[in-house]
Amino acid sequence: MTDSHGHDGHDGHDVQAAVRKYLFVFGALLVGTLLTVGMYYVHIPSVVITIIVALFIASIKASLVACYFMHLIDERKMIYSLLLATAFFFASMMVLLIWAMFDPPSLTLLPAYQGK
Amino acid sequence: MAQTAHDTHAHAAHAEHHDHGPQSFWSKYVFSTDHKIIGIQYGVTALMFLLFGFCLMLMMRWQIAYPGKAVPVVGTLLEKLLGEPAKGGVIAPDLYNVFGAMHGTIMVFLAIVPLAFAAFGHYVVPLMIGAPDMCFPRVNMASYQCYFLGGVIMLASFLIPGGAAQGGWTSYSPLATQIPTDGQTYWILGMVFLITSSLLGSVNFIATIIQLRAPGMTWMRLPFFVWAMFVTAFLLVLAFPPLEAAAVMQLMDKVFGTSFFLPEGLFVGGQPADHLSGGGSPLLWQHLFWFLAHPEVYVLILPGFGIIAEVIANNTRKPLYGYRALVYSVLSIGFLSFIVWAHHMYLTGMGTKISTFFQTTTMIISIPSVIVLTCMFISLWGGSIRFNVPMLFALAFLPMFGIGGLTGLPLGLSYVVLQLHDTYYVIAHFHYIVAPGTIFAIFAGIYYWFPKATGRMMNATLGKIHFWGSLIFMNLIFQPMFAQGMAGMHRRMYDGAATYSLANGQDVIGALSPGIIKMNINITHAAFGLLIFQIPFIWNFFHSIVKGKKVTGDNPWEATTLEWQAPTPPPHGNFAEAPHVYRGPYEYSVPGAAKDYTPQNQAP
Amino acid sequence: MEIPYNVKSRPDTGLYNAKLGIWLFLASEVMLFGGLFTSYVVLRVNASAENWPHGLLNIPIGTFNTFVLIASSVTVVLGWAALKMNNFARYRKFQAITILCALGFLSIKSIEYSDKFTHYEIWFKDGHRQTGHIHQDGKKAWFWNTKTLAGAPAVKDAKGNVVKPASPPIAEFEFSPDATHYSDAAKHTKGEPAAAEHKESAHASGEHAAVKVKTADIKRLSAFVPAHSTYFAIYFTLTALHGLHVLIGAVVIAYIWGPGAKLWKTNPEQYVNRIEVSGLFWHFVDLVWIFLFPILYLL
Repeated sequence: MTDSHGHDGHDGHDVQAAVRKYLFVFGALLVGTLLTVGMYYVHIPSVVITIIVALFIASIKASLVACYFMHLIDERKMIYSLLLATAFFFASMMVLLIWAMFDPPSLTLLPAYQGK
Repeated sequence: MAQTAHDTHAHAAHAEHHDHGPQSFWSKYVFSTDHKIIGIQYGVTALMFLLFGFCLMLMMRWQIAYPGKAVPVVGTLLEKLLGEPAKGGVIAPDLYNVFGAMHGTIMVFLAIVPLAFAAFGHYVVPLMIGAPDMCFPRVNMASYQCYFLGGVIMLASFLIPGGAAQGGWTSYSPLATQIPTDGQTYWILGMVFLITSSLLGSVNFIATIIQLRAPGMTWMRLPFFVWAMFVTAFLLVLAFPPLEAAAVMQLMDKVFGTSFFLPEGLFVGGQPADHLSGGGSPLLWQHLFWFLAHPEVYVLILPGFGIIAEVIANNTRKPLYGYRALVYSVLSIGFLSFIVWAHHMYLTGMGTKISTFFQTTTMIISIPSVIVLTCMFISLWGGSIRFNVPMLFALAFLPMFGIGGLTGLPLGLSYVVLQLHDTYYVIAHFHYIVAPGTIFAIFAGIYYWFPKATGRMMNATLGKIHFWGSLIFMNLIFQPMFAQGMAGMHRRMYDGAATYSLANGQDVIGALSPGIIKMNINITHAAFGLLIFQIPFIWNFFHSIVKGKKVTGDNPWEATTLEWQAPTPPPHGNFAEAPHVYRGPYEYSVPGAAKDYTPQNQAP
Repeated sequence: MEIPYNVKSRPDTGLYNAKLGIWLFLASEVMLFGGLFTSYVVLRVNASAENWPHGLLNIPIGTFNTFVLIASSVTVVLGWAALKMNNFARYRKFQAITILCALGFLSIKSIEYSDKFTHYEIWFKDGHRQTGHIHQDGKKAWFWNTKTLAGAPAVKDAKGNVVKPASPPIAEFEFSPDATHYSDAAKHTKGEPAAAEHKESAHASGEHAAVKVKTADIKRLSAFVPAHSTYFAIYFTLTALHGLHVLIGAVVIAYIWGPGAKLWKTNPEQYVNRIEVSGLFWHFVDLVWIFLFPILYLL
């Protein structure tokens, strides 16, 4: 019964290598968080740059979690295609919705706006 | 050793199953984890809701045709149940709005989708792919229970003070949240349960189709029905959550006084809404709503395609024309359906660039839909067609869906929408797709799979009466609405435009002629006719369960797909021995074969 | 009846059922939070700077909470690795830390919440606005709004028993205003020292002495509750929904850790699968927070 617990020694070696990877990712996540917070206190003059940098760091942190903690780095093709489809629909929702909300009709085409 | 542990486990499960031998009524029919029982539960509940939603519509039709007159037969009951809004049996404007909102909600979320997708999907899909059950049987049970709870909440909301939601099935803010009654809160809570239910169900479907296909059942050997369900499930998994997010936000607006969808400077009932922070966006709700609701349109129709494909292949006794084209079309419909939603919103003040984008995608999505329809038409070519009841419904589906689909094309163009938006034209268009479209497909499916589920046939004569009556009256109901809509009749007027046409005499542009108004009465009569022709179906359905002609074999329609190779009705666990698949789904009239059909699991 | 591939992976997909199931569920979760993130962008772009009161949250506490959640994510994956190496005791230790971290996260979040429920903004009729705290009988007032000041009649049930006693109208109350208002920062150009100063003083530490405020002068009063502004509406909705996910995740992990651990004896492979599946959910919850923290606290 006991040998059915988990996997054999060969696998165990891989797991130990994986643990080192997890701890490294953990460190990277902490550094990323500190960087983002630090940037807030430093006050970069441009709001746009602040937002871009903060979201960039967040994306890197998120992909670290997804790739290593969630093992996406060596996942099956089925999961990749599922996530690809999700990413496509998420992106289309966000981009099209925001585009539609902030693309007002061209009022300037109306005669009243052209001073006629 | 691992094998031993595994075996003991299996034995334990097996023994446990046998203990259930004389199962009580409750564990067998109410808290069942068997996909077939769950499918039947969905089917029966959803048929009840279909009838209920239809009755709501009949009362509305009465009010439209004879404004201010007491509803016949049920008028007194209405007054007893609902009190003031139905005083003297007359439907007050607010009550008309309640019925309108709830007719839409019930038909879409509690009747058609649970019937076409959940009921047939649960019953048929695992059988078709040769699986013993769905991947997660208990999740499956929870899915039905959530659906049931959602339905109860929706029904209960009729009886609370002020009645159910009045903001239309689209529940546009600020209207929906600023109506002072609690109906909308119930609606949102009900929706949260329904969304959860379809989420659990569709995750289960996708996992089942990917994981539990029988050996040899490759992707391109899947019956088209399974493909349709697969894409539908994806639409539900990915499109419903944004509406859930929107529902949560609307609930916050309603209960906690937030302003997600409420702009600054809002006036309610002539008073400035100072207690609100404002700053939200009503259009945000519309976008999130239609992000679901447009894919939902395809959720309504794709299972219909699937059912019709099975029935046509079976009754033309030849392979479905263009199987691969059908599969790729249904996949592209799925993808495209996520990027067309804003064509419901051309009149909200969208910019020209974005509306051009949505017009373009809307025109593109019509292409795969036309491919599907064309393939099915061509499938009829040269077949020796058996005109049994399921086939009659399937044959009627094709032109009816064609009318619904083609009349939808103009609505995808923003200039045409200036005239047609929110008119009866829109009503006629989408009802042609859903009523003589999807509902006919559902009827075809019921007549087709009934012998598998019960071991008895439904009566064919009654079926034909049901079919011809439904076909004629459906068209008498919806055809005149195109004329009314093009004349400019607005879809939400509770008195059928009587007041409107009094205020706008004959010589006014946009006035409605007496002929247009009079159509209201004809439509209402046709609607009652449709009701009468459902009686043979209801009788046939229940009577045949106990008294119908017994089937002589497992495969009364001589079909190729796997569900007909299982025992009738299939026991818990489905197949006597796990099937192995050797061929495609539609091997009818193969030259040189012994019979005119070769089941998928027949070894070569 | 046995469902195939419940424990073992299906050869052609390489997945067992629950793993595919959880990924499908997570895909729908992406769309759920995606809808809310999109709404955040829309609301934020719609709002004028002085009506977007971010910067009122406590950043050190938020940062600490981020660390707590990241730590819990690491312990989940370390626990899973320990089980893979057959070390059940080690797994138990790591997962215990996970559960404690989850509870810690929720407790800290509720402290942050209560902080907001007792912090107020007043819109005066003369157009100026102040934030601060309201004291009644020496205690902090909770959840007041404009309607509270008007008082309310007693609530009676059908038999005429008083369910909730009447509250008298309030003509005047004690208010300790903050040194600066959050909209000051928007008026300054970014990067000036004044803006940095404001961030510190937004807390109770920078309060002025208490003053009396007359109800008659007030146009609107609101605590920093969801109804305060679209910012707090989306802040509370997102964090509460996320908190609900943390709670559900913690309950599931605790169940597998405690009463569900019997399965390790009978079917270890399935047990490891459960750890993996619940872990995937937990990492997703962590992943959502990675985005929530900067957009709600920092940007």
